[in-house]
Amino acid sequence: MIAAGQLIALIDFSTWVRVLTLADYNTRLVVLATTLLGLSAGIVGSFTLLRKRALLGDALSHATLPGIGLAFLIAPIFALNGKSLPVLLAGAAISGSVGMLSILMIRNLTKLKEDAALGIVLSVFFGGGLALLGIAQQTPEGHAAGLESFIYGKTASIISQDAWWIFGAGAASLTVLVLLYKEMKLLCFDDGFAASQGYPAVGLDFVLMALVVLVTIVGLQAVGLVLMIALLVIPAAAARFWTAQLLRMTLVAGLIGGVSCMIGSLISAIVPRLPSGAMIVLTSAVFFLASMLFGVQRGVVIQWWRRRSTRRRIDRRHVLRGVYELAESVSPAGEAESGIWVTTTALMQKRSWSTGRMIAGIKRLQDEGCLRVRQQDVTLTAVGLIEARRLTREHRLWELYLIAHADVATERVDRDAERIEDCLEPVMIEELELLLEHSTIGSRVPTSPHEIEIAPSSTGGQT
Amino acid sequence: MDNELPLSIEDLTVAYHRKPVIWDIAFDVKPGSLVGVVGPNGAGKSTLMKACMGLIPVASGRVRVFGQPYHVNRHRVGYVPQRESVDWDFPVSALDVVTMGLYREIGWFRPVRKKHIQIARDAMEQVGLGDLENRQISQLSGGQQQRTFLARALVQDADLYFMDEPFAAVDAATEKAIVEILRGMKREGKTAIVIHHDLQTVHEYFDHVVLLNMRVVAHGATADVFTNENLQKTYGGRLTLLDQATEAMRRSQNR
Repeated sequence: MIAAGQLIALIDFSTWVRVLTLADYNTRLVVLATTLLGLSAGIVGSFTLLRKRALLGDALSHATLPGIGLAFLIAPIFALNGKSLPVLLAGAAISGSVGMLSILMIRNLTKLKEDAALGIVLSVFFGGGLALLGIAQQTPEGHAAGLESFIYGKTASIISQDAWWIFGAGAASLTVLVLLYKEMKLLCFDDGFAASQGYPAVGLDFVLMALVVLVTIVGLQAVGLVLMIALLVIPAAAARFWTAQLLRMTLVAGLIGGVSCMIGSLISAIVPRLPSGAMIVLTSAVFFLASMLFGVQRGVVIQWWRRRSTRRRIDRRHVLRGVYELAESVSPAGEAESGIWVTTTALMQKRSWSTGRMIAGIKRLQDEGCLRVRQQDVTLTAVGLIEARRLTREHRLWELYLIAHADVATERVDRDAERIEDCLEPVMIEELELLLEHSTIGSRVPTSPHEIEIAPSSTGGQT
Repeated sequence: MDNELPLSIEDLTVAYHRKPVIWDIAFDVKPGSLVGVVGPNGAGKSTLMKACMGLIPVASGRVRVFGQPYHVNRHRVGYVPQRESVDWDFPVSALDVVTMGLYREIGWFRPVRKKHIQIARDAMEQVGLGDLENRQISQLSGGQQQRTFLARALVQDADLYFMDEPFAAVDAATEKAIVEILRGMKREGKTAIVIHHDLQTVHEYFDHVVLLNMRVVAHGATADVFTNENLQKTYGGRLTLLDQATEAMRRSQNR
């Protein structure tokens, strides 16, 4: 157990200053490089997520490990330095691609589904990689190579030379996606249509997978192969909570990926023992959680809020119309007036709603100044009467529309719309009003086309 | 003038895992015809359509589009896939989807420009979606989604259209709109091949019909071919469907 004091002692204050001000050239380069990595992983990940191939990235990154071990072991035979990054990454790229081909082969040659293929390739390649790494550790130079930093990610192991590789790969993948944005959009949405237009769907898929390989390979050092999938999935999934537009989604995903990588690698630079991969993933998880809760497009909070306000709007309509119709039924003139009191019991019986919801609805209308309440009775105020009349008219016109134009009505009926005039042409509304004119002479509100049910003992008297 | 035929199929056979799905399909489609492709589930209607466009491998046979292999005259062909074939939760607007019909014309690597968006808008207007262009596609009704696909095919400005069940599960207004568009196409001399399920409307919507059940049972002018006997051969003993067909027959005779 490390005591808190010891932990703080680990984090020397001057390190903080040096890291956060990016005073150190190497730190600056590494942080910038991983930020770019996160940016491109977020954007590439958006497309793979929408192509429903997100987990292919996971199998792919695990499949890089045997390549790293093998490259280290056989590099000396070709008089290459087994510790040099380009050599190790070349090995990773080759075995990653072999892994991807294995998945495609298992899927196409057998009747196994893709998830089985993913599981098999992921575990077998990772197991093979661990075995090769074990062998590599036995060689004299093995331990010093720090090959295990590829598994969990360690930004500290990145030297400035490596950072340029990350820059290059990030910039390359971004360029490809900018150029092929429209084609990738079509491929991910409707590959059948794309193919009918002569787009090489297989080729485009291949380009997308090549980008995943590229981003994964350069991300190995910073994030590690176990957690690389997080950078491809989490930012893209989080972005979907904020927007329903592909371009914005990719940009938000890139932003979340980039900032997560920046913060994660900074923390890792400050606390040398914390693996950067873990820090990056945890940071992005914080962003994901925040997006899931507060995302303006489909976050949990906004959805709850939308449901609540819909429920309240519906309740408001029901209460106002209920009071109006009850008042109408007891009024000697056959027309609702302000000052005709109706009982809440009668209102309660008008529809199957819970007492709590109805009372809450009445209370809100009272606060709004539309209803006056006297013990168990309610009545419409002058303002409330105008509103209730409007809503009732609206409701009855919609119903008539449904009856008179049943063939096309379902397409246009939008009872949630603020005003019927927004949905139907004036001519149509005139026609509907005419249609009812004969039964509603002298009334500004057409009578309900169906019988309104009223319990006999339910209405209050007139004051 | 044989090479002017919009579609000519000879001895087409398609197989999945060595099991033939459709075999020895052969028929020609004349310019300006509206062709209904009718047959029971699993008869290979979609397979036939996809094989014509080279979307699935062909075991044997030949398909000619305006006298050439499909890929040569691809630019003259429009396609309306089945509505269920895509994920309608995809983060794009209705206008985005319609614009996709122009991607080929716009060309590789190039962005969508204003004039393309205008073409897409006009097509949306034409199918009655003028006010929904910025609506996210998941918020469209089934009929509106179908019309979005139709608008995407319209901007392709093709001479031959393949439509995979455009009438499936749509509201009456959408059905009417699609029929209007099909008739408009016919007036302009365009050709449409439409997979159709509702036997009762075949007479009304299509001047030609292909009765398909893994093989072509009959093809030709609707009035000649769409007979009780041929339907019996196509659908076998499925009584409910035959009842529908009889009903359709009776109505067409009364007209």
